[in-house]
Amino acid sequence: MPEKTKKQSGMGSFKVKSPVRTFRRIMSYLKDYKGLLAIALVCMLANVLCNIGGTFMIGMVVLKMFIFPLAAGKDVALGALHGIAALGGIVGVMAAIYVVGATLHYVYNYIIVRVTTKVLQNVRDEMFEKMEMLPIRYFDTHTHGDIMSLYTNDTDTLRELLSNGLPNMITNVLTIVGMFVAMLVVSPLLTLISVAMLVIMLFIVKFIGGRSGRHFVGQQRQIGALNGYIEEHLDGLKVVKVFCHEDAEKADFDDFNGKLKEASRQAHTYANVLMPIMGNLSYVTYAITAIVGSLLAITGFGGMEWGGLVSFMMFSRQFSNPLAQIAQQMNGVLMALAGAERIFDLIDQQPEEDDGYVTLVNAKEDENGNLVETDEYTGMWAWKHFHKAEGTTTYVKWTGEVEFENVTFGYVPEKTVLKNVSLVAKPGQKIALVGSTGAGKTTIINLINRFYDIDDGKIRYDNINITKINKADLRHSMAMVLQDTHMFTGTVSDNIRFGKLDATDEEVVNAAKLANADYFIRHLPNGYDTMLTGDGDNLSQGQRQLLAIARAAVANPPVLVLDEATSSIDTRTEKLIEKGMDRLMQGRTVFIIAHRLSTVRNADMICVLEHGEIIERGNHEELIAKKGKYYQLYTGAFELD
Amino acid sequence: MEEKKNKAPKAKGGLRKLASCVGEYKAAAVWTSVLVAIEVLFEVFIPLIMAQIVDVGMSDKLSVFEFVLQFGSVSIPVFSMTNRTLFIVICGVLMVAMALISLLCGALSAKLAATASTGFASNLRRKLFYKVENFSFSNLDRFNTANLVTRLTTDVTNMQNSFMMIIRILVRAPFMLILSLVMSITISPKLSIIFAVVLPVLLIGLAIGIKVIFPRFEKMLYKYDDMNESTQENLIGIRAVKAYVREDNEIRKFKKVSETVQKLQFSAEKIIVIAFPFMQILVYACIICIVFFGGKDIIASGDNPALGMTTGDLTAFLNYVMQILMSLMMVAMVFITIVMSRASMDRIVEVLDEKIDIEDDENAKDIFPENGSIDFDNVDFSYKKSADVLNLENIDLHIKSGETIGVIGGTGSAKTTLVQLIPRLYDVFDGSVKVGGVDVRDYKIENLRGAIGMVLQKNVLFSGTIKQNLLWGNPDATDEEIYHAATAAQAHDFVMSFPKGYDTDLGQGGVNVSGGQKQRLCIARALLKHPKIMILDDSTSAVDTATDASIRAGLKKEFGDTTVIIIAQRISSVEDADRIIVMNDGKIDAIGTHEELLATNDIYRDVYQSQQKGSADDGEVNENA
Repeated sequence: MPEKTKKQSGMGSFKVKSPVRTFRRIMSYLKDYKGLLAIALVCMLANVLCNIGGTFMIGMVVLKMFIFPLAAGKDVALGALHGIAALGGIVGVMAAIYVVGATLHYVYNYIIVRVTTKVLQNVRDEMFEKMEMLPIRYFDTHTHGDIMSLYTNDTDTLRELLSNGLPNMITNVLTIVGMFVAMLVVSPLLTLISVAMLVIMLFIVKFIGGRSGRHFVGQQRQIGALNGYIEEHLDGLKVVKVFCHEDAEKADFDDFNGKLKEASRQAHTYANVLMPIMGNLSYVTYAITAIVGSLLAITGFGGMEWGGLVSFMMFSRQFSNPLAQIAQQMNGVLMALAGAERIFDLIDQQPEEDDGYVTLVNAKEDENGNLVETDEYTGMWAWKHFHKAEGTTTYVKWTGEVEFENVTFGYVPEKTVLKNVSLVAKPGQKIALVGSTGAGKTTIINLINRFYDIDDGKIRYDNINITKINKADLRHSMAMVLQDTHMFTGTVSDNIRFGKLDATDEEVVNAAKLANADYFIRHLPNGYDTMLTGDGDNLSQGQRQLLAIARAAVANPPVLVLDEATSSIDTRTEKLIEKGMDRLMQGRTVFIIAHRLSTVRNADMICVLEHGEIIERGNHEELIAKKGKYYQLYTGAFELD
Repeated sequence: MEEKKNKAPKAKGGLRKLASCVGEYKAAAVWTSVLVAIEVLFEVFIPLIMAQIVDVGMSDKLSVFEFVLQFGSVSIPVFSMTNRTLFIVICGVLMVAMALISLLCGALSAKLAATASTGFASNLRRKLFYKVENFSFSNLDRFNTANLVTRLTTDVTNMQNSFMMIIRILVRAPFMLILSLVMSITISPKLSIIFAVVLPVLLIGLAIGIKVIFPRFEKMLYKYDDMNESTQENLIGIRAVKAYVREDNEIRKFKKVSETVQKLQFSAEKIIVIAFPFMQILVYACIICIVFFGGKDIIASGDNPALGMTTGDLTAFLNYVMQILMSLMMVAMVFITIVMSRASMDRIVEVLDEKIDIEDDENAKDIFPENGSIDFDNVDFSYKKSADVLNLENIDLHIKSGETIGVIGGTGSAKTTLVQLIPRLYDVFDGSVKVGGVDVRDYKIENLRGAIGMVLQKNVLFSGTIKQNLLWGNPDATDEEIYHAATAAQAHDFVMSFPKGYDTDLGQGGVNVSGGQKQRLCIARALLKHPKIMILDDSTSAVDTATDASIRAGLKKEFGDTTVIIIAQRISSVEDADRIIVMNDGKIDAIGTHEELLATNDIYRDVYQSQQKGSADDGEVNENA
């Protein structure tokens, strides 16, 4: 297997390749909710207007038009209301505006939460759907941790962006624009000062933000290093205990831990410092505006008067607050975009190709001895081959013959794993593959069911090129018991039924009996209904292999592939299931890889692989007589690993 | 799923445990809070100056400009002048100066907060790692590696963020709240009555909100965990999924969970979005009352500071109201973050609370095993520590120093369990295990394990060179000693065949050597301890039979007085042992030599025959097979 590329897991990375395109793509997920979002946007706008309106009312109207004149002893009127009553009236209008504003706020937030959770669900579903369709190659080159982090960290940042980042951004921008207009109306000159200060602040944000980003990358690197250390050494902790090596481990750990602490201290220092700097600089801006403004008011330059200045001061406060907020949210937005980019990368991966059109069907012979398709299970299968050119359909009886013709293959282009492999498995034959690790045994069986596609040569199944066979049918036609057996959350019988979804309880029990698993299953707390969790943590490796065999048995396929299927089962138990295994293999074409040569001794053909080539083939007796590699392996003169 | 709900929050006392990790960063944490408080103080004073600028400096009725700090009915005149411009400039400069000091405090506190929180995280991580290092085998059986790694990384990072929030915002916000309240009261006690009405309403509202939200969030998070678990399963088992063409089925299953997550998430978050408008309404209510009643006062006083409420006061008052709102929002945000990180805290505390079941006994003696004799006296053992599920039952076994013992038995017959009791990797349930005539519990663990070389079934080499790995056995070993041990383990020759010899880098998990080579290196590593007892737990399975025999011969020759216990699947690995133990279902089925067992023991004969068949049939008799 090609080694997994150790990629730095993406969490917290700020690198965004094409922010605009990614952003547009995120927006495309919102298409289905256009109507709702339009309502939300209107609400947002109205809400901002209400907020600005409220501020405006206090500054321009309430203070200037009501309180000042009233305080100066003049009378004011609002409709029929005079004096204090007019003040009450205008405050009532304010109250109405505020209530409307808050209501709108609730409405748009409700919509956003609804849309966000839905969009996240869609993204998750699409990701999972695509993931299931990806070729095995993808999983070889991406670590589980990296893929998992798409579902956790990256979707989380996306949630943050959709439910907080974007709405806040929009309202903040709207507020800024609104305040800017208001300020401009009162005094273009003072507005200029505010804008100048704003530019300075933006530079500071850029500088500190950049530093912070760089240090976050450094922190990420240290996290990676520490993760690697912890993973390796916790995995080997039992060895550590046996050697009483704990103290040395602790010292090593302290080293990694100290480096991480230092890196994240710097990263967080820069990130933290931003808020107090922005906040206090806005006070400085305020003071400068006040000084310049009063100078203007005294000289009367630009038509500035005291009342206008007071309102301007109020607006300028409301102007700089949302700016500081945007500055703070920028990092979050970038992180979300980077996360979204990784998610889209998975979604955009080329799915497994399948242009096979030959399908596997149940068949029977009619009175003339011709194969015909039938719906019921007959124990006989046929390949339904539609010939486009002639527009005819032919049926080829399934016999289980598998042929490799000069097959060459490499997981990566630079390294050929199989060279010119040719072999024929006649129907019902048992073919054993023997050889040391990396010789290419597992690779061969990975090619039969098209986990990978070959680079050169041909693989034929009943004389049909396997690329013409519908992938699902190809895989349905063979059952695999793989080296690493995996269980899924569910009951024991669910896991056996994995081989055939509509298997009856009886079929499940029979399959378990065949694999000699029935006994231990009955001794589990709830028998066949015992829940398996965490990849079958509560079972031993041997028991899991028995279940995997049962899974293959219930699938009842024409071809059987056993890759080290009994490696964790002791020889005595193996002996017990031998009869069952023999029955399972009866009449099927079987490919078997086994470490233990006793397991393969009765194969019809044993292929000895070395460096991707078949160097010897024949049955046990022939190979022993040959006194070649197999003989050496068998007599234990050569080491197999 | 149901199970999980039962093991829910048990974080009582967890906070105290975590707090102890602040350690040497306590000063930084305290200073952070102090500086934050000072910063807040300035932030409260600055609006006062603002008020003076607007109120006095910009008043077109005054001719003498007096800077007065007004605390309720007490007014403290600071300075006064007749030049309006100068007054505003002085106030402005004062404000800038204060802002700069506040900035300094803020920046410093930000830096200290980073120091304190990352320091706290580093201490916490160390505490966790040390704890895990001290885990016994049975503790380790309860946690898998991936699980522990998450706790040491993601969960600790979550705690770090919460801690930072606490020392910064959780000090800042309430302090700001109180100060703003105080200032509002000094400006106008009468107007402040409004808070007495609004704040209790707000608090009750929030309390109800949290009470409603919390269970919904918890439910959502559990489902979320389920979803991630099933994704993980699909990743690990992708080959099984594809081999059985189960993609559609898995997708269907995933979509169902995914939809449930969405529903639960929506049901939790739609409550949260009520919170903000709710607060907004309350604050707006305050503003409206203040503007109306404050306005009335201003009108009454003719906007004259000497007579009462002024426009400046009103502006300042409104400012404080806004700050109160902000503080409340921050507190709410912090609470949400803490609630979200509670799962992390629970998981960390679960590790810290894990009771380590094997530690040096109080009265353990600082003695070393004198010889390699081993005695099992009526030993019962249970992984579950319950008499109902005994994994070893009534084991009575006496091994003389220097003996070679073979152990044979099927999967699950408890061979490994048996030998793991010798270096006290697990404690017996009943009876006792003695090494060198002394109960293993009476030794210091380090002394006991130092005398026992054990090669585990699942053995690991670590990143580093071959030599570095071998030195685990004995850090002070000379090159001669290393060669000696490696030769006995049949590893020396192949190591020397590498271009870099003993300095060959093994890569993570020892990936650069083959399985058989790895096993031999592991044996050499254990031999370097010069152990009194050597235990090989199926540790030559990937080694060819000839080399296997050489290893046994090497052991006999070079380490003749060492007691050797060999667990094997292959009869050939044990047949020349002094005695062979046949294990079956947690009991000793028989003990004897190869010949005796062949003659008397069914299981042994079965195993023997299962490995003999074929070679006997075809005449190609091969004594090793």
